[in-house]
Amino acid sequence: MNNVQKSFYDETHTIFGHHKNKILQWIFSIDHKRISLMYLFVMLAFFAVAVIVALIMRLELFSPGQDFIDPNTYNQAFTLHGVIMIFLFIVPGIPAALGNFLLPLQLGARDVSFPKLNLLSWWLYVFGALLAVASLFIGDGFADTGWTFYAPYSVKTGTNVVWALSAAFILGFASILTGINFVATIHRLRAPGMGFFKMPLFVWGLYATSWIQILATPVVGISLIMVILERTLGIGIFDPTKGGDPVLLEHMFWIYSHPAVYLMILPAFGIASEIVPTFCRKPIFGYHAIAISSAMIAGVGYLVWGHHMYTSGESEMIKLIFSALTFFVAVPTGVKFFDWIATMYKASIDFKTPMLWTVGTFVTFIIGGLTGLIVASVGVDVYLHDTYFVVAHFHYAILGGVVFLMFAGFHYWFPKITGKMYDEKHASRAFYVIFVGFNMLWFPMFLAGMFGMPRRYFDYLPEFEIYHKVATMGSWLFALGLIYMFATLYRGWRYGEKAGANPWNATTLEWQIPSPPQLENFGTIPYVDFMPYEYKDGEPVHHFDLAVKEDSPHE
Amino acid sequence: MSNTVSTEPEIIYDKQGNPHEVVDFNNDYEGAKLGFWLFLFTEIMIFGAMFLVFGFYLFQNTPEFMQSSGELNRVLGGTNTFILLLSALCMGLSLVKLRNGQPNTSKKFIWATIVLATIFLVIKYIEWSHEIHLGIYPGSPTLNEMENGTKLFFGLYFTMTGLHGLHIIIGIGVMFWVLALINSGKITSTDFVVLENTALYWDLVHLVWVFVFPIFYLIY
Repeated sequence: MNNVQKSFYDETHTIFGHHKNKILQWIFSIDHKRISLMYLFVMLAFFAVAVIVALIMRLELFSPGQDFIDPNTYNQAFTLHGVIMIFLFIVPGIPAALGNFLLPLQLGARDVSFPKLNLLSWWLYVFGALLAVASLFIGDGFADTGWTFYAPYSVKTGTNVVWALSAAFILGFASILTGINFVATIHRLRAPGMGFFKMPLFVWGLYATSWIQILATPVVGISLIMVILERTLGIGIFDPTKGGDPVLLEHMFWIYSHPAVYLMILPAFGIASEIVPTFCRKPIFGYHAIAISSAMIAGVGYLVWGHHMYTSGESEMIKLIFSALTFFVAVPTGVKFFDWIATMYKASIDFKTPMLWTVGTFVTFIIGGLTGLIVASVGVDVYLHDTYFVVAHFHYAILGGVVFLMFAGFHYWFPKITGKMYDEKHASRAFYVIFVGFNMLWFPMFLAGMFGMPRRYFDYLPEFEIYHKVATMGSWLFALGLIYMFATLYRGWRYGEKAGANPWNATTLEWQIPSPPQLENFGTIPYVDFMPYEYKDGEPVHHFDLAVKEDSPHE
Repeated sequence: MSNTVSTEPEIIYDKQGNPHEVVDFNNDYEGAKLGFWLFLFTEIMIFGAMFLVFGFYLFQNTPEFMQSSGELNRVLGGTNTFILLLSALCMGLSLVKLRNGQPNTSKKFIWATIVLATIFLVIKYIEWSHEIHLGIYPGSPTLNEMENGTKLFFGLYFTMTGLHGLHIIIGIGVMFWVLALINSGKITSTDFVVLENTALYWDLVHLVWVFVFPIFYLIY
């Protein structure tokens, strides 16, 4: 290994030629690795904001009645929490941050297909984020509609809905550009010899996600524009007094926003598919099944949006069809889970922190996924609709699925991104703290929801107090765990030991180059005539040193 | 990344010693076209969603929609359709001429496209001002006293033709940029993917109009 190699932290390509200023070298960089880190930091900053907002809401709900924020502020708080978490954190989260870093590395490419477009989408993302923040301080403050912007309330309320909608539109545009970039990259820049069924499974997850970004995001974009026009000009499309139909907005909103939850989870599943074989030291079970199931989830995910609207007025027939299709999504998801379990079967599993997070996610996501089937049943959902049961369900699925796997990915690729290693002992303890806090926070909500606690309510009846008390205490534990985890990662970044190129003995191409990678990633591009995750007797079958340029044919 | 002159393609060898070319991400004609086609998909989804909304309300308010359609000026709308089709022809010819190594003729055809697009916008402006003059625009007192179907028809009319007009304006801007690129030698007879993508975009814009025109003007 050549140790004097410069990494991407030392040198970069920028869009306007050379800059002396270090900050300009970052914000104008068109290197996918730098862009991914810029996404990561902005994203985590907003994650912190949304977590704090959530903690404030939980604190307000600690005891019944008004404690320290008023009902309108509470409405704005849950809207702010939802908008930030969905549009600024989860949707860009894995694709734009981790995906941007890893996609070219795993494909054996030197960058994405359109590096300048990649930078543009980061700028749009920051612009949209600033727009959302600005609306907090103008007029009547942030929108209080919930992140779904349902009409007619979103047309009538006096808060800054237009700002929030514009922000969401711009963020959607950024997300579309990332999707286009990734699909083009996957089609064009795979290393020679790497067919679609030799790609790492994280890339498969990103591929399915990118297609959802391309095909579904425009629909929500135009719907948000129509709500803006409704508010500013009164075009009447969603206004019942002019013959418009508010439920149409719900349809158009969920045509995007339900596929969007698969957009969130698919790359997360990809992370799990990377981590499981690495720490089981075995080839993954059912590679093709996992790859195809990603595409299947993306496809079927398009056809299930109506299950958000069982109570909004749908014909009985449509309800049954949507319900049946929703159940069908569980099939490819189940395929993935059984494949992971089968990979772990009889393996000598190395429970390093990334693997801990992944196995923890299997527990929480199974709960989130199976309760999804409960609310997908028409009869039950009429009872559970808009209760805490739904809130607990999607937090188990999104927080306990996507975010947990994102954390798994942070730990797994931490040595690759920083070149250093975090402290294993503290990192695994942080996992246990978060895991316990998470279940304490959300599990009581299943119960409260089943007994009839409605979501988005500022106050509650005394009989729900116990659930709210436990949940709020869980939220403190959860927040402490987050601080612990990020502190551990920060210490690893500053003071950690050098990690080396391949600390986990992993097989995919990103581990065959130094950590952190150099500018343009590869000196030599390998000819890929092998499957990812090839292990023999617990050791990777192939070893490469791809950092430097070779002139002779490989091997 | 500065536009370095493309050097020889990078070749790697497999175990049998067969050569394989590594795709250069900085200079990838097929990638650029693929990316642009994906972008066109997103445009189709945007307009497709609008057509969906239109179809939904047409189904609910068929008599009012037909009646309102009769109030639009079919001569001006038809002229605009013809102008856009002609402009798409000019755009295509400019690409053909450029690839044949006649950048000056190519530029003339782009200018022709710009002029035709501007005429389209002027006619659109005349139509809109006529309707606004009659008091028909979203949220106007006159319109608010009419049938619900009429309100929806004109709400959709201004939204969809407005969105389409915005695409025309963006297209004109892009064409000026393309002209500058041809002048500075960035688009040549061998490196023309920007112009080709612009032509694809313009085809989409005129194709959308080909559908917008009958659903608004011809359902009378």
